Amino acid sequence: MNDQTKIDQDRAERTEKLQGMGCKRKRVEDIRFTQGKGSYVDDLKLPGMLFGDFVRSPHAHARIKSIDTSRAKALPGVVAVLTAADLKPLGLHYMPTLAGDVQAVLAEEKVLFQNQEVAFVIAEDRYIASDATELVDVDYEALPCIVDPFRSMDEDAPILREDIQDKMEGAHGPRKHPNHIFEWQIGDKDATDKVFAEADVTIKEMLVDHRTHPSPLETCQSVASFDKVKGELTLWGTFQAPHVIRTVVSLISGLPEHKIHVIAPDIGGGFGNKVGAYAGYVCSVVGSIVLGVPVKWVEDRMENLSTTSFARDYHMTTELAATKDGKIQGMRVHVLADHGAFDACADPSKWPAGFMNICTGSYDIPTAHLVVDGVYTNKASGGVAYRCSFRVTEAVFAIERAVELLAEKLGMDAAELRIKNFIKPEQFPYKSALGWEYDSGDYHTAMKKAMDTVGYKELRAEQAKKREAFKRGETREIMGIGISFFTEIVGAGPSKNCDILGVAMFDSAEIRIHPTGSVIARMGTKSQGQGHETTYAQIIATEIGIPADDIMIEEGNTDTAPYGLGTYGSRSTPVAGAATAVSARKIKAKAQMIAAHMLEVHEGDLEWDVDRFRVKGLPEKFKTMKEIAWASYNAPPPNMEPGLEAVNYYEPPNMTYPFGAYFCVMDIDVDTGVAKTRRFYALDDCGTRINPMVIEGQVHGGLTEAFACAMGQEIRYDEHGNVMGASFMDFFLPTAVETPHWETDHTVTPSPHHPIGAKGVGESPHVGGVPCFSNAVNDAYAFLGAGHIQMPHDAWRLWQVGEKLGLHA
Amino acid sequence: MIPGAFDYHRPATVEDAVGLLAKLGEEANILAGGHSLIPLMKTRLASPEHLVDISGIGDLKGIAVRGEEIVIGAMTTQFELITSHDLEKHLPVIAETSRLIADPQIRYKGTFGGNVANGDPGNDMPALMMCLGATYAVTGPGGSRDIAARDFYQGAYFTSLEHGDILTEVRIPIPPADHGYAYEKLKRKVGDYATAAAAVAITMADGKCTSASIGLTNVSETPLWASAAAELLVGTNLDKASVDAAVAAAEAITEPATDMRGPSEYRTKMAGVMMRRALERAQSRAKG
Repeated sequence: MNDQTKIDQDRAERTEKLQGMGCKRKRVEDIRFTQGKGSYVDDLKLPGMLFGDFVRSPHAHARIKSIDTSRAKALPGVVAVLTAADLKPLGLHYMPTLAGDVQAVLAEEKVLFQNQEVAFVIAEDRYIASDATELVDVDYEALPCIVDPFRSMDEDAPILREDIQDKMEGAHGPRKHPNHIFEWQIGDKDATDKVFAEADVTIKEMLVDHRTHPSPLETCQSVASFDKVKGELTLWGTFQAPHVIRTVVSLISGLPEHKIHVIAPDIGGGFGNKVGAYAGYVCSVVGSIVLGVPVKWVEDRMENLSTTSFARDYHMTTELAATKDGKIQGMRVHVLADHGAFDACADPSKWPAGFMNICTGSYDIPTAHLVVDGVYTNKASGGVAYRCSFRVTEAVFAIERAVELLAEKLGMDAAELRIKNFIKPEQFPYKSALGWEYDSGDYHTAMKKAMDTVGYKELRAEQAKKREAFKRGETREIMGIGISFFTEIVGAGPSKNCDILGVAMFDSAEIRIHPTGSVIARMGTKSQGQGHETTYAQIIATEIGIPADDIMIEEGNTDTAPYGLGTYGSRSTPVAGAATAVSARKIKAKAQMIAAHMLEVHEGDLEWDVDRFRVKGLPEKFKTMKEIAWASYNAPPPNMEPGLEAVNYYEPPNMTYPFGAYFCVMDIDVDTGVAKTRRFYALDDCGTRINPMVIEGQVHGGLTEAFACAMGQEIRYDEHGNVMGASFMDFFLPTAVETPHWETDHTVTPSPHHPIGAKGVGESPHVGGVPCFSNAVNDAYAFLGAGHIQMPHDAWRLWQVGEKLGLHA
Repeated sequence: MIPGAFDYHRPATVEDAVGLLAKLGEEANILAGGHSLIPLMKTRLASPEHLVDISGIGDLKGIAVRGEEIVIGAMTTQFELITSHDLEKHLPVIAETSRLIADPQIRYKGTFGGNVANGDPGNDMPALMMCLGATYAVTGPGGSRDIAARDFYQGAYFTSLEHGDILTEVRIPIPPADHGYAYEKLKRKVGDYATAAAAVAITMADGKCTSASIGLTNVSETPLWASAAAELLVGTNLDKASVDAAVAAAEAITEPATDMRGPSEYRTKMAGVMMRRALERAQSRAKG
């Protein structure tokens, strides 16, 4: 073995020991999760703790004539029953939403959706609380309700929000009707209209991204404990953004922010459902402040599905204009957005329709115009980003269905049409017609790799044969090939356009090296299962040469973690991941000065080597990071502060733009409408890959949720506003049996502005997956002239497609 | 998702259970595996004041061949139905059906008797028991009696059982060894009740159907025994025209509710599709 080989081998061994970026490090949090040793909100038991439970409205829209709590209060074990009348003197019967609206905590004069919170019973245990909810007598006068958002702005529509009836200037401009929330426009209307007027070919279709729900396995819950002596509130809860919750609690309660301790312990999934503030949080806080003992609130499954934030309900009239040889010239979209009874979307404050304006997708579309109208209906509020960045699943669904419809009209292959219109590698950074600057991308390479891997040409040939066989009556199965080429926009975001309630959407990391060379690092984000404890440690390990196993990652305690905006919209890696790298580099810079002092050389004479600084040209003269850590505490250079720690609040210069090419092969039994996914291939480009195994896990999860949404998951209402199927009996949460097998692949196009080039990946598979499944279904029926088939594609709906086409005769 | 308050009783014998039920009156419910009752209680659609848990009664468990019949104790779990050698030999359709009930965890606890006696049209065993001509043995305050499965189901959650009756065992005539059978179930996902399902048992001789029996699950207030449809098959070679006619006759007696599984007309048609597919599979298995 020669010297160089020895050196290389030694370096490889030291690198491997770090378990840094790029390695498939096993998730450290899984040790406790897989043993049932996680610690969730509902695991918390405090002395004297009481339990709260809600009395909920059976009506979708009704006037409350009276509330009589006397029977409930008389039940032994009931401590208090709160109604709006109790909260009103405190100014807490309404709370502000992240979208600039207010939302009822407990209904005052009217209820506006079924299962809305009307009273909060506090009792010695949850069984008594539950019994007592049945003893609160509420006298309702039912009112006509609005379920169809297209009726919301009818002249004779019942006015839903009497509390803001006269406030015709909303948080996002003028309101056109008392049931109107906002109109949001972007792009060049005149230029777009002109393109459409002169185009060779246009398509127009109403694409509905139906109402569904993020449905995390752990429901929303909180425990509030107010110490009357100290005047301090500790609030444990299922918070994706604990610092934001602290600020909101301070603003609405009047308690000084330093006397509020918000703690998000282990969280069992969020998917956007746990970003906002809920009545249960507020009522547990008020209960604890009033009673001076801890109060716990835990949602059950039906409450979670029917009251806390839903997702989507976007009705998107989508148009494309193109030349006859398939060059897309313009896009025009009008969205009717059903927000339910309150505008409780969890978007950055200036973005009432989230980042819907990413809807030009992966294509170089020179001209576009987008209008979004938000309206109130008698349904639960929300409109959160369910495993996606803000409204990006909606946007990608619109463009990816629309290009398929255009391809069909042009008689062109859908993959070919996409490639023809892709933004070219040399066009990045690319400024889109609707205002975004895409940081990087190489769509052609990704698409080619995906098509070659799935054998796209062969699949089309097989499909052609099967279609002929179907026409001849030899089979009752039809085959669909779904394609989706998505571009996400994640990592909100730059302060110039992203804030929440005025707080810029930076994120943070604080890293402390202990004298013995182990590390604690705290971030402003909050994992709900993403694996932060594993992956942040890998970033630090690579940056400063301390093994990931010696690095503890802590999140969720607002007293100890630096302020951050939380985890949603795939922002942890793009923003807090960047903060982590920058913070680590500050430490490394100081470590270099210390090492220079120790080795008695000039800083510039040192070079970094995996886990140590060594003297250039004298590799045997070095100091490891561990040695430097010790020195920093006992013998720092003269005039240098002791210790080795750093904090960074990272302001991202831009969003990141992950992308991917997905293919789905589906076989549909036309007699039952049952669709079977034969193959699903997902190529993701999320830039630099921190942990390939964690990425793969994220992709599997996101695809499974995409599969659910596309193929049957929905929150439906009947014409009376009764919420249908708000339990796991009906709500489609796929098990391992239904879930297709996932094939994953990748290309790597690093983000040019991110310190480690990473882009975020947790939500890409959902964003790209939903249209891919829907395109496969639509593609299967296309040769029969079905036209656009709306989601969800559950069996009975597909059977109805076949019935309309006369396939069952 | 929290049930109302109730008292819990766990008798050791059928006599004690019958006595308890008589004493406690209408507000007492029998608890078998609990997989239908407890969800109803958690959503407060049922609020019994007393639960009489019969899982401590050893006599109610077990599978045995008795003469020309298979006898299954009411508290036999669905898992035990799947793993029984006697059933595998004589009535394999019972295991085939059991495997389509819920998921493994539920099948460890869920009982055969609960499934047939609860009167939920979504349960899978009732249509199969009607198809197979089973007899239910019932013990009540007035002693014991038999009720034919085909006479048992009166409406949704409404059966020939009276308050205080306990289903103790089910007797099923052993079909000829060369019979053909199948249970076809369309469901949205694991754990779901049927959108529609069909149980079929036939015998064939010289290419002709010599007997046929058909049960349908979850397409009416009660499980259905499609006797007219079955009669249309007997004497035919199960040609397309005969099967079409039988399917139409079966569809004609369905009256499914529109629910999240689909609209009524879809579920009717799925009853037909499931019956057709069950019949094809039964025919492929019939040895005569």
